Amino acid sequence: MNAPDKDALDRMAALQGLGDARLRKEDARFIQGKGNYVDDIKLPGMLHMDIVRSPVAHARIKKIDKSEALKVPGVVAVLTADDLKPLKLHWMPTLAGDVAAVLADEKVHFQMQEVAVVIAEDRYAAADGVEAVQVEYEELPVVLDPFEALKPDAPVLREDLAGKTTGAHGPRDHHNHIFTWDAGDKAATDAAFASAPVTVKENIFYPRVHPCPLETCGAVASFDPVRGELTTYMTSQAPHVVRTVVSLLSGIPESKVRIVSPDIGGGFGNKVGVYPGYVCAIVSSIVLGRPVKWIEDRIENISSTAFARDYHMEGELAATPDGRILALRTHVVADHGAFDACADPTKFPAGLFHICSGSYDIPAAYAQVKGVYTNKAPGGVAYRCSFRVTEAVYLIERMVDVLAQKLGMDKAEIRAKNFVKKEQFPYRSAFGFEYDSGDYHTALTKVLDAVDYKALRAEQAARRADPNATHLMGIGLVTFTEVVGAGPSKMCDILGVGMFDSCEIRIHPTGSAIARMGTITQGQGHQTTYAQIIATELGIPSEVIQVEEGDTSTAPYGLGTYGSRSTPVAGAAIALAARKIHAKARKIAAHLLEVGEADLDWEIDRFHVKGDPARHKTMKDIAWAAYNNVPAGLEMGLEAVHYYDPPNFTYPFGIYLAVVDIDRATGETKVRRFYALDDCGTRINPMIIEGQIHGGLTEGFAVAMGQQMPFDAQGNLLGNTLMDYFLPTFVETPHWETDHTVTPSPHHPIGAKGVAESPHVGSIPTFTSAVVDAFAHVGVTQMTMPHSAFNVWKTLKATGLAL
Amino acid sequence: MAKKFVAMKVNGKAVEEAVEPRTLLIHFLREKLNLTGAHIGCETSHCGACTVDIDGASVKSCTHLAVQCEGSQVLTVEGLANAGVLHAVQEGFYKEHGLQCGFCTPGMLMRAYRFLQENPNPTEAEIRAGMAGNLCRCTGYQNIVKAVQYAAAKLQQDQKVAA
Amino acid sequence: MIPPSFDYHAPKTVGEALGLLGSLGSDAKLLAGGHSLLPMMKLRFAQPAHLIDLNRIPELRGICEDGNDVVIGAMTSENELIASPVLRAKVPLLAEAPKLIADPQVRNRGTIGGDIAHGDPGNDHPALSLALDATLHIEGRGGRRSVKADDFYLGLYTTALAEDEILTAIRVPAFAHGTGWAYEKLKRKTGDWATAGAAVVLRLNGGLVSHVRIALTNVAPTALRAHDAEKALLGQAITPATLQAAADAAMAICDPAADLRGNEDYKTAMAGQMLKRAIQAAAARCA
Repeated sequence: MNAPDKDALDRMAALQGLGDARLRKEDARFIQGKGNYVDDIKLPGMLHMDIVRSPVAHARIKKIDKSEALKVPGVVAVLTADDLKPLKLHWMPTLAGDVAAVLADEKVHFQMQEVAVVIAEDRYAAADGVEAVQVEYEELPVVLDPFEALKPDAPVLREDLAGKTTGAHGPRDHHNHIFTWDAGDKAATDAAFASAPVTVKENIFYPRVHPCPLETCGAVASFDPVRGELTTYMTSQAPHVVRTVVSLLSGIPESKVRIVSPDIGGGFGNKVGVYPGYVCAIVSSIVLGRPVKWIEDRIENISSTAFARDYHMEGELAATPDGRILALRTHVVADHGAFDACADPTKFPAGLFHICSGSYDIPAAYAQVKGVYTNKAPGGVAYRCSFRVTEAVYLIERMVDVLAQKLGMDKAEIRAKNFVKKEQFPYRSAFGFEYDSGDYHTALTKVLDAVDYKALRAEQAARRADPNATHLMGIGLVTFTEVVGAGPSKMCDILGVGMFDSCEIRIHPTGSAIARMGTITQGQGHQTTYAQIIATELGIPSEVIQVEEGDTSTAPYGLGTYGSRSTPVAGAAIALAARKIHAKARKIAAHLLEVGEADLDWEIDRFHVKGDPARHKTMKDIAWAAYNNVPAGLEMGLEAVHYYDPPNFTYPFGIYLAVVDIDRATGETKVRRFYALDDCGTRINPMIIEGQIHGGLTEGFAVAMGQQMPFDAQGNLLGNTLMDYFLPTFVETPHWETDHTVTPSPHHPIGAKGVAESPHVGSIPTFTSAVVDAFAHVGVTQMTMPHSAFNVWKTLKATGLAL
Repeated sequence: MAKKFVAMKVNGKAVEEAVEPRTLLIHFLREKLNLTGAHIGCETSHCGACTVDIDGASVKSCTHLAVQCEGSQVLTVEGLANAGVLHAVQEGFYKEHGLQCGFCTPGMLMRAYRFLQENPNPTEAEIRAGMAGNLCRCTGYQNIVKAVQYAAAKLQQDQKVAA
Repeated sequence: MIPPSFDYHAPKTVGEALGLLGSLGSDAKLLAGGHSLLPMMKLRFAQPAHLIDLNRIPELRGICEDGNDVVIGAMTSENELIASPVLRAKVPLLAEAPKLIADPQVRNRGTIGGDIAHGDPGNDHPALSLALDATLHIEGRGGRRSVKADDFYLGLYTTALAEDEILTAIRVPAFAHGTGWAYEKLKRKTGDWATAGAAVVLRLNGGLVSHVRIALTNVAPTALRAHDAEKALLGQAITPATLQAAADAAMAICDPAADLRGNEDYKTAMAGQMLKRAIQAAAARCA
């Protein structure tokens, strides 16, 4: 086999296909200020909508007086729940089988809940109108603790569910109980614990945080009364699902509903659900016959849109004295806020939490999650969590550290001891997930060698022995397996729609192409990377492959982009659509070259007659022929569509190691080093992967080290501005070192697994692991995030280590 | 309250409009002048997505009234490129993958543009401190630092060539 | 996000500004850098009917020397302080400490006068002015007066500045040769207000402290002059024992408000820590 010659290398390079660090197609408009975000959209006659929100967390609405607001110059209308009732839109179904108020109907359930909307000629008048709406509240006792919420005498939050002893996910045994879900083998797990020589138990709280993308949520709804058509521009990570929901809620046929997700300034799971603001903008537009724009403020975004986490997890491991894990057991109380609006696949009210056996070969496992209502904003599944995988990985990685500490074992050693071995893949976990591929040992060794782990531990020992040391040193290690690419439709659906995804590709006569997918990028670079997949499959330079997403009138139906599903699902659809075209192209090439299909070889960008490379047809040649010279019986044209129903999830994995130094006087933690090795299978664009890793690690740093959503006793959300909600700047953000291994997914057409949520999922427990490790020598096993200077100082004081 | 006339230059072009005193410069740029490059990411002057250049200084346009721009020269991201030729900072962000969703990018570019005039040969620490008024949620800042370094080198190179 | 309506005035002289303040009374607020006032107005916590913009009054700007003092116009921006060769040479604390205030964009608009006049305990210049023994120059319809920094900060959002007066300049004595100085500010992130801050100006004579002024940021309703902490150092060498004594004395006067930066214990302890660091840094600068 000859080495590829220079000509072949040039042709391959010209494609900028799979594996190329291709610069981004989308940059041109963004660097010139020509992006098209929802708030950039202006339609003739457009009105602005702003929202009146409840200042209190739990109250009856006694009275809403619109009269002063209607007098404000420029105000056109004020709507409340009473105005939505005739349309039966004052409540709406959620993605989790519950209902959520669109505008508060007789009572409010969380601070900043939507109570009324004001529509005006411009946003300044709308803001004035909001100030002028007068609402009388009769406050009710507030429930903020999910354990308190489950007490027999706890206040009733959901009067609208009175008497309903069954919810969407099974029986409800308390007025504030939503569901109880479990997975695994309870009997086998309990038996393993009963007989285990070593057990550890830890209460681990993963606090509530918020994705806080830089662009807040918004929509421009435009109902055309002449055509009976509704167009809505929306910050949506799932425009087709939204279209279906809007059609069902409004009664307008889906063929007359168009949802457009234009440029989106970050999603991170904050922009999956349907918010009251969208519904009210749509209703207002229909009622008033003019376009209506709604863009929320930052405070509104943090206070009322989908939060993340808020899982109270009790974790237990059973093990042998030499550190072999025998069983995992966990009971979780999940604080869902006032409505269950979790964006999970329907059958999974706790998402994919049962990936919590992690990268380890654990014979028996059981997990139970209890969902509870409280007087807080709804949500729970968001912020690059892969459907609760953040919680799952946090749980298992913390528990493995706790076990290591109990047994006096090194945290890397115990992991290596329990890893699923390379030979065991595909590996069926105790929870029934079939992990597609992995090689954890190789990856771990690579990381430990790269950082000289032994030297770090030696340095830490020396530091611990030095009574004058001003800083504690901690080393955190996390070895996580992610589960992404939701998902096989028999298991995964959103409101009944299977979680496939799609791609259509059309090659033009002169050899360029257009491709559309059912996903929607929010910064992940799909315009660039999707074209690279096609370029390699079809031998057309990615530069001339136009990629479009987000307009439901043109894009094939897809479930959107979240949970790192784009590459595993849409990426597969892209490859398979391309292969359909490839197969047709072969027929055309054979016809043009007057040989049989079997006499042709494909090489980079052309078919050539076996043994005679001079006789060839490039894909460009074939494209032209497709429109004027095809074999008998074959249609003209060169296009294909593929709807891909994945056979399984994909399982990217990573090994992350952090070194921290903690100031014993102030509690400040400096991240000295963070080494992140990720394996996402086939790597489409290394530059973009690295960028995603940097971003996810930075979000993880923010979550672990500073983000929080504290509520006071009255249910007021404290710190809901960027003064307090911790978004690190250039200065605080550590330097990230990235590395990789490549273990392709055997079931994915190009072996790719998806990657962008891994750094968020994996880094957060790494920071906790490092901070706790700094105190491990004095017996600390658990520290609740965020590891702010204040919180760490409290541990310094409690352990006598404060200077 | 009564509107006031304000006259300024935006990206070199004379602009004269009647505005309410309370009109924030960010809204004036985005709504009145249709310059939607500068973005709004918060209402507490933290995020920097609204950053523009006023009379030679980086300013958060969300915390500046349009009426305060009387007689000022305002430069926005739409005015960075020169006759279709991208500015070095724009080129740097492209070459070094300094953006993902693009929402913080105009503010970053306008700040980087002015920062490199304040400090043409910065260290990494100086870049990080100099850009600390601009938040990003996507990139983790590391490639933006490289983008600014790229632009610094290019500007110095262009100066050498010009000299 | 949207402020309520107001009328806008842009006087060109202090006299004009005072005239407006007089006629408009408490319906008017002065607009300096705007980065405290405008955010409050955008959240509708402040709703003045009139804004009097001080940015077009040349006599409020500039840094000049007057005998042994440096006189800084109240509308001098933080970045102008940082860039000032006069301050760098004569009062380096005021050229360095503003780097810890807010962020680069805010520092182009935020002013030393606005930072002082607001009466916000979280602001940094009050403590700096106390450590520098600054004099505040004030002008009202009745004429001019001066108030020492020690007498200026009266309570939460309350200063010696009357509603119809304007802070026009800050006068600071130039550092004598050998003066050490430091401002240590603990914060959660760049741009945040202080969790606790300590400003120190001191001189050593034969290894003993011959002059010291200490002030604390954000650990009480106003910036605090730490007299007892100064006494613990005056005439002493700087040793771990005297450092601790000074810190203990400083912590004893702290009365911080608990918030998301920390509770009272933490903020008080951090005031002590920042003070120790500031004393050591200042002493190291006593060349």
